[in-house]
Amino acid sequence: MDLRYTEEEEHFRDELRSWLSSTLPDVPPLPADHTDLVARRAYDTAWQARLHEAGYAGIHWPAEFGGRGSTPTEHLIFLEETERAGAPYVGVNFVGQLHAGPTLIAEATDEQRATHLAPILRGDHVWCQGFSEPGAGSDLASLATRAVDDGDDYVVTGQKIWTSFAQVADYCELLVRTDTEVPKHKGITWIIMPMDLPGIEIRPIETALGSGEFAEMFLDEVRIPKVNRVGDENDGWRVTNVTFSFERGTAFISEVISSQRLLADLARVAQKVTRRSGTAWDDMGIRRELGVLDAELDALWSLTKRNVSQAQRTGSVGPGGSVFKLAYADVRKRMADLAEQILGRAGLAIGDTLDLSDMDHVAERLYTLTLTIAAGTSEIQRNIVGERLLGLPRGDR
Amino acid sequence: MDFELTEDQEALAEGVASLCAGRFGIEAVRAMEESGLDRGRWRELADTGVFSLCLAEADGGVGLGWAEAAVVFEQLGRRLVPGPLVATTLAAGLIEGAADGSVVVATVERTSGSANVEHAVWADVIVISDDEGLWSVPAEELVGTDARQPLDPLTPVRRIPGLPKGVRIADADAADEWRLHGSFLVAALQLGVAIGATELAVAYAKEREQFGQPIGRFQAVKHRCADMITRVEVLRAAVYAAGATLDGNGVGAPERSVGVAKILASTAAAACGKDCVQVHGGMGYTWEVDAHLYLKRAWAHDLAFADGDELAEDLAAGLVS
Repeated sequence: MDLRYTEEEEHFRDELRSWLSSTLPDVPPLPADHTDLVARRAYDTAWQARLHEAGYAGIHWPAEFGGRGSTPTEHLIFLEETERAGAPYVGVNFVGQLHAGPTLIAEATDEQRATHLAPILRGDHVWCQGFSEPGAGSDLASLATRAVDDGDDYVVTGQKIWTSFAQVADYCELLVRTDTEVPKHKGITWIIMPMDLPGIEIRPIETALGSGEFAEMFLDEVRIPKVNRVGDENDGWRVTNVTFSFERGTAFISEVISSQRLLADLARVAQKVTRRSGTAWDDMGIRRELGVLDAELDALWSLTKRNVSQAQRTGSVGPGGSVFKLAYADVRKRMADLAEQILGRAGLAIGDTLDLSDMDHVAERLYTLTLTIAAGTSEIQRNIVGERLLGLPRGDR
Repeated sequence: MDFELTEDQEALAEGVASLCAGRFGIEAVRAMEESGLDRGRWRELADTGVFSLCLAEADGGVGLGWAEAAVVFEQLGRRLVPGPLVATTLAAGLIEGAADGSVVVATVERTSGSANVEHAVWADVIVISDDEGLWSVPAEELVGTDARQPLDPLTPVRRIPGLPKGVRIADADAADEWRLHGSFLVAALQLGVAIGATELAVAYAKEREQFGQPIGRFQAVKHRCADMITRVEVLRAAVYAAGATLDGNGVGAPERSVGVAKILASTAAAACGKDCVQVHGGMGYTWEVDAHLYLKRAWAHDLAFADGDELAEDLAAGLVS
């Protein structure tokens, strides 16, 4: 048990820090209009291109596929340092970098890899995810988007939802039903869908925060060549779960670091918010809750390191990822409650905290609503933890 | 960076776990409610090196680190091993006989006025800590009234009208270390208590049937159990990180990481104790079922060494400094 970093790891950190400090001053601020997804794509992919030039793209991808082949610990350092330095987040490149790319590495043919991996790393291609449907959320395997076999093509008809950044994506990792006669998990296929095919209609969905990255996608007899299939026909459920194991590994490292920055800012805001007498900071209950949340984030950072160490040794964090997600979502929701308490009337507007802070604690408060829903609801995570970690009997769903 | 236990640490944890399973089964532990601390078993803990674990080899100790102490105390907490384990371990090297188990040492932070002192009934020596240092008092000089019914039946309490001054045995720096290491070891015990409560609840949820099926199949119960293990794993990370940091194998200040562990330990152990009672239903509120013992131990530990509220205020101050 040793939490210190090795000399090589410290060297990697030093190099990264010096690259970040020389590069970040040239990076423009985020586009002011957060509803302008074209500008957002240009911004995020430009950053991806810079990472690629510097050899930091695909930090955790194997070197033979153009990645850096870093260890999980180096991946942790990369995410920690880029977040601390305030570098752009992965943004529109999220699905390509973290879901579709790793799935292609694990399951695709050499030809598919040759076509897709390098453009993802360079920031040339943006991917989106066509998994969920209006009738298939937590019960993803019940998805009904139908792919009809027609010679060299599948003809796909159906509806997808929560397809973030579909408006500006080049490709979609799409799950379709290729067999309706078998149990639901056994009739699913994973396909690469180019987003410029005829028959695809995208409608934006406005979030509760007022942002527009969500979308739903209507597919009307979209003709997708069978060569775009990844893995065998009807083997898509297994292929999909390869993706999920990536999703629950190092996924929250940037979030923990940014939460720590957010909490420190909240403490400074508390010192500025005036009340009838004194400031919010003078309230002992508020100070104690700030301290408790600081402790919990510190512990979550330690848990992250434990999970990363486990991944380094065994290749997977297993249900440990669900444990982390449950605990993290709880801490962030309590931070949001505390922010509400501290901000008082300054919390009545999004994007304007009365000069108390540069950070938008009101938007963050709304954002925390997603943490117990996205990437597997907390209810589903608790089933996973209860059944796979504790061995409790599987019940009705 | 490698946060997994080493093979030696795993072996140590297994060794202590099997000692506890053999000698501190729940019947043996509960028997001490009536008979008091079993000195024979206490000596066995000493012989295994529990009390001298972190004492240097040159001073007759085992010479291991605080990370090792964490995995050992986790196992002791898990089995509800009673007695002033923390104080006696801290006293090894300071008080003759503590390390070998012949002298049982309890401790209390000095306060003015009357005080409840844990374990005074079972102890030979009481160490009082204050801002000036550590002070030793023979237990028989701590005159007072033993509580007829202590909150935790396995944590006896003596109410005394006022603390004697005692004989100074160490300076203010040593008293600071006493509090730091004491807080850490209590957090490790609390980790064990949280684990024990979770294991008890999960075992019951698998075996107890209602509506023709094990209650652990119902999400209302399953999700409560999932929350229990979630608290355990977050606390485990904090406790192990504090151990590594105390050993100089961490990043950051030991005071901070111990404070983090102590804050989380109090909340997690008590919450797991309560959940364990709840999962057992009506049986959870009986003396017969062990669930209440975990909750009561968690509550008793909560009050030992550093105060969670003060630690939280210290951390908050750090956010704005």
